[in-house]
Amino acid sequence: MELKKPAVAGTMESSDIMVTLRPNEGRGIEIDIQSDVKATFGDAIEATIREVLAEFGVTDAVVAVVDKGALDFVIRARMQCAVCRAAEVSYDWGKEDSNA
Amino acid sequence: MPKSELMRTSMYAGGTSPVKMIQAGFYNEDCLVYDLEDSVSTGEKDAARFLVYNAVKYQRPKDKYILIRVNGIYSKELDEDLEAAVRAQPDAIRIPKVEYAEEVQRIDAKMTAIEEKAGLPVGGIKLWCNIESYLGVINAQAIAAASPRVAAMALGAEDFTASMSAQRTKPGWEIFYARNAILMACRAAGISAQDAVFSDINDAEGLQRDLEMTRTLGFDGKTCVHPRQIDTVNACFTPSEKEIRNAKRVLEALEEAARNHTGVCVLDGGMVDKPMELRARATLAKAAAAGIKVGGVKE
Repeated sequence: MELKKPAVAGTMESSDIMVTLRPNEGRGIEIDIQSDVKATFGDAIEATIREVLAEFGVTDAVVAVVDKGALDFVIRARMQCAVCRAAEVSYDWGKEDSNA
Repeated sequence: MPKSELMRTSMYAGGTSPVKMIQAGFYNEDCLVYDLEDSVSTGEKDAARFLVYNAVKYQRPKDKYILIRVNGIYSKELDEDLEAAVRAQPDAIRIPKVEYAEEVQRIDAKMTAIEEKAGLPVGGIKLWCNIESYLGVINAQAIAAASPRVAAMALGAEDFTASMSAQRTKPGWEIFYARNAILMACRAAGISAQDAVFSDINDAEGLQRDLEMTRTLGFDGKTCVHPRQIDTVNACFTPSEKEIRNAKRVLEALEEAARNHTGVCVLDGGMVDKPMELRARATLAKAAAAGIKVGGVKE
């Protein structure tokens, strides 16, 4: 999936994460993480970011996140939202349906 | 009645704020409602949908009845809200501003189609219908019976009074008829009746007075607007020690009358009739559901 424009999702509130996505045509995935808990959870945050990008088939993107102590479900939700906004697509809620 | 079926209190958590959604899991409300409607601005509907879906699917609080309030029946968000909400598998979906039975049936059909496509059990997710206008009150009986999914109806007093051109007051006489109409429709359908919110979070005495009306009329629960209301509302719907003692005495008297083959059961000089027995059993069931050990009385 191709990112068409920069997009932001999330906030700077406690327990949230602000995700900024930019197109990065042909240059792969670059990730910058700012977090007070980066030393402990930086790898886990990056793993979730990469997992969501892979689910969407995004291979080129600049990802900048400012983490305020977000749990995994929040990171996942903000990433999904940012990808849909940047790619200008609607989410396919039925993509994992067993009877699709 | 399992703990997850207790419906004394329901509280909304806005679908835009992770911290509020997480905190809401630690309060004592029986029912937690993740909101996609009023608390979410138009530009954040997509973000809230992702957040609520992931919260319910991956971070669901234990021992709570989980609901998702979707956007309005005629909103452009509804279909996608249902696609996400059904797949998140809450206990129920709360529909705002229901006015006709046909609206419930259309939503039921959409949910069924999604469940079938997703390979989920059909009919497992219930519906709570918010009644928020005079049309909804007039049609309450048909709405309550519109689908086997309908598990509760709740009065939305602010919108209802607006639809009536009425003033919203703390004594609440302007919603007295609506409360009764919704209650009777719920009783006829055998579903839970949920009372309107008491909006002034700083008026603890006002909340107590409002709850006296709520409980006297017969509601099963009430929506809270703030965590500080939860314990007061829970206490209102939890039988007191005296009520439990009286209920046990009624049932014990009935047991004794049955053992002695006496036709009439008398307690404290008064006859124990069927309504008294039903009330006593309901009291003990509520107490047991709230985790109070009652014991000693046969079913």
